[in-house]
Order: sequence, then C-alpha cells, then structure tokens
Amino acid sequence: MEAKTGEGGIVITKLDDLLNWARLTSLFPMGFGLACCAIEMMGAYASGYDMDRFGIIPRASPRQSDVMIVAGTVTFKMADRIRRLYEQMPEPRYVISMGSCSNCGGPYWEHGYHVVKGVDRIIPVDVYVPGCPPRPEALIGGFLQLQEIIRKESIRAPRAVQQIMAKRAQ
Amino acid sequence: MSSTLYKNYLLQSEPNKFSLDNLKDGEMIVNMGPQHPSTHGVLRLEVVTDGEIVTDVAPHIGYLHRCFEKHAEHMAYNQTIPYVDRMDYLAAMNSEHVWCMGVEKLLGITDQIPKRVEYIRVLVAELNRIASHFVAIGTYGIDIGAFTPFLWMLRDREHIQRLLEWVSGARMLYNYIWVGGLYYDLPIGFEKRCQEFIDYLQPKLDEIDTVLLENKIFIDRTANVGILPMDVAINYGCSGPMLRGSGLKYDLRRVDGYSVYPELEFEVPTGTGLVGSVGDCWDRNYVRALECRESVKIIQQCLDRLQGDHKRTPDFDPQAGCPKKLRTTGTQELYFRAETPRGELGYFFRTTDRSDMPFRCKGRSPCFSNLSVLHEIAKGCMVADLIAIVGSVDIVLGELDR
Repeated sequence: MEAKTGEGGIVITKLDDLLNWARLTSLFPMGFGLACCAIEMMGAYASGYDMDRFGIIPRASPRQSDVMIVAGTVTFKMADRIRRLYEQMPEPRYVISMGSCSNCGGPYWEHGYHVVKGVDRIIPVDVYVPGCPPRPEALIGGFLQLQEIIRKESIRAPRAVQQIMAKRAQ
Repeated sequence: MSSTLYKNYLLQSEPNKFSLDNLKDGEMIVNMGPQHPSTHGVLRLEVVTDGEIVTDVAPHIGYLHRCFEKHAEHMAYNQTIPYVDRMDYLAAMNSEHVWCMGVEKLLGITDQIPKRVEYIRVLVAELNRIASHFVAIGTYGIDIGAFTPFLWMLRDREHIQRLLEWVSGARMLYNYIWVGGLYYDLPIGFEKRCQEFIDYLQPKLDEIDTVLLENKIFIDRTANVGILPMDVAINYGCSGPMLRGSGLKYDLRRVDGYSVYPELEFEVPTGTGLVGSVGDCWDRNYVRALECRESVKIIQQCLDRLQGDHKRTPDFDPQAGCPKKLRTTGTQELYFRAETPRGELGYFFRTTDRSDMPFRCKGRSPCFSNLSVLHEIAKGCMVADLIAIVGSVDIVLGELDR
C-alpha cells in the first residue's frame, strides 16, 4: 500500500465501495435494552468481547445511531415507542432483532397476552439473531452479517428508495 | 416549544399522572424514558421539574409485562422454572432457588433434599449474587460517569458466567435447579476452578473499593443523596440492600434461615453512613460491595463442605429426588420468600386438589416495592441526582413488571 500511494499516489475505488466501507466499519447502535438480551448486549460491549473493535459504539440518542438492536421482549405498550424510535433514526438505518422474543415471541408465544409476536410486525428487520439469550458471539455474528448486507448496497439504488418502491408495488 | 404544542405532545404520549393545569409557576413536566440509557431497562419516569430541581416524580411501569402469573398458572411447576429465570434475569439462580423451595414446600418434600444438593444450590446462588451485584455496581458507575469500573466488573462477571455455563450449559438463564434436585451434579474439577476463581476475586473486590467506592467524585455524587430513613423503608416494604443500606439488619437468609444458610457463617452488612448519612446512595452501594465479600465467604464454606462431608460419590444422582408427577394434594395456600440480590422475592401459591399447576400464583417482587419509595426520596433533589437515586435502587424491569 505504501509503495503504491507514497509520493502522492492515488487509490482508485468505486464511490459505492468507499461509502459502504465507511458505513459498515462505524455502525453506531442505539443504546437500547429491553430485557434479558440487553445484559448479553452489555456483555458484548464490555471488556470480554469488546465490540469497539468493529467500530460499534453505543449512542444514547436515536438521532445519532445507524442500527437499532431490539434486545428483548417487545410488549404492546413498548411497541408504539419502538416504532417511534425507529422513525427518529436517520437513513440509512438497520435493525437487528436479538433473541427469540423479538424474533417471534419466543417462550412467550403461547400465553404471552401482552407480548408482540415478533418485532418484524412493527418495524422491518435486517438480521435476526437466534438464542434465548444469544451469546455475545452470536450478536457479533449478527453484526458481521449486517456488514455483509451493507457491503452489497449501491448508491444508485438506496435502500430507503427500494423499500418505498417495494411497498408501492404491493 | 409553544404551550399548545407542548400540550399536544404530552397528550400523544401515554397517560400522565400530573396534569399541566396543576403545575405551579415555572414548573414543567419532563418525560424520562422508556428509552433512556440510565433507567436500567424500560422504566418511564414522569418528572415535574422546577428548573433543575425535581419537585415530584412518578414511575410508570408495565413496558416489560411478560405475563409471568399467567404462565405460572398454565404450566406445570417444573415447566415454569425457565420463566422464573427470565423474571430476574440478573440473578436467575436465586429466583430458581426460591421457586423450587416454594414448590418443594407445597409438595412436602423439603426435608428429603440431599445435603449435597442443598450446598450446590447455595453455591451457585451465591456465585450469581456476586454477578448480579457486579452488574448493579458497574452500571451504577456508568450512570454517574465512571466507565472503567463497568469494564472491570464485567470482566470479572464473565468468569462467573463461564463457571455457571460449565455447570448448567447456559450463560445467563440456567434452568439448573429443579424441583427436588438439580439438573446435573457439578462437573468434575469444578471445585478446583471455583477455588481458583475465589482466590482471584478477593483482590479484585479491594480494587472495586479503590477505583469506585472511595473515589472522591463518586462520593460527592452519591453521599447524602437520596437519603432513605429506616422507618420510610419499612413502611414501603423495601428489602434487600435498600433496607440494609438504611441501617436495618434484616436478611431473610438469617431471619428465615432456609436451605443450609443456618449452618453457614456470614455477616449481614448494613449501611453506617461512613461518608454521608445512613441510607444514602453510597451506603446502598457499599452494602452491595460488602455482600459480595460475604458471598465469597459462603462460597468458600460450601466448597469446603462439598469436598469434605458431602463429597462427590459415583452413585450420587441429583435428579433422584425429583418427583415424576408434581401433584399437590388438597387446597393449599402458601407464601414462600427468600433473599435474592435485590431483596425479598416471594411466591404465593394457591392450589386446587390434585393438579400439577397452581390455581393462582403471585410473584412478590422486591424491585416493585423498592421503586415505590422513589417519590419519597427523590423530591427536592436535582435532576442529575435522580439518575443516581434510580440507579442505586437497582431495579430489574423483568422482575418489576413480571
């Protein structure tokens, strides 16, 4: 690299690649824990697993974040708030559904009268992480999966536009 | 924001306790949560502020109501154990222990539990108590601006989780303690590893004192903040470190003396107002730190006995005592309580004749009572102190809302 770029050399890349590289290596999730999975999410941020290595640093506000990790059981009372928080996030935005509860209702599927059976009934989900609760390694795996999704994006067809078009087509 | 806009904004959100018409001059309603980094989950606080001073506060709960009682009433006693784990997810072993002891009392098999099983139960419960207190103290550090202790304490908690994973197969929610016994015996070599861990942990506990609890900034932020007098604590039904921080020596492990706790030696630490007044936020955290040391003592004694009197034998089957059918006989009513890291966790059962599930089951959550005292101690404090007070209560929303 040094030999190629030294003395005022240049790197040739596609704009797509540059933008995607910047996006996928600094994913800021929203610091947003709902239930048990939030503890494993904290464990993934903390020293044992250290997600800072991937450029993943939790932010307090939805306005500053790219990813929403729905970590835990979504109840009907909370569903409205999750929707509102999702709408506050700027594009491009991604959602990781962490744990069985937010994937499909999990153990509360049968008798949980106050549990939403899957957060994908409220907001679109990009990556599902299974487990009850998923290990921090699984969450990191989910992030790596999300990075692969972002890597394939193109500026000519932004995801937000694609989603709107898909909705219109229905 | 103009006043009509502000009014509309308030109307959009969930129902409020305070109305704009009753506010005094200069007061406003501020909504804190449910998405807030320092509410430890999905707690919503409705705060009436006069500038920077909190004049009233009302917690709104129910954002994590996961229908525990319904589950308990529609499943057999042993099937409910995973749901009990998910109630208090920071201290799953302790919750399981309470549930299983309660059901064993219902079935009348309390005295048939082998001593080795009891010691293993206490051992894992105390390990989990340390893990829970570590999260409580560590995240409390984050709330008031200290990030390093959080990283250090979660590093040490990771060791406990690995030990418990070795025992039960899960990192957080174990389903290890069963009604009448255990899922498995301890794995071979566990006693040695656990001993190594305890030897490693003791200097780390001193480190916590140095880096966090004796820190000048930490003391300034927490001492004399959120003072909870003992009479108020008793009136509101507070328990656990919240009550002991106010100076009352009340620990159900000593008061009720369930399981093998009467045979073990440990102190019940109380708040003494070492740097401020008795019952302030610092005291509550100091009690938690001291309890970790007491838990280490208990674990040491359990390990000694598990290697001595109640040694591992090849023919020992921890599942031997588990009843095949969990049928209760006759109509019974029972309230069983025990000490979890947050305080008195109790289950009330009402059973009908010959059924393997309770007709009515109620969970008495310590966090619920501990949080209900909030408006008493948070009136008149600053907004920043409110964060410190909520953090020192150490709520787990899964247990609070059930």
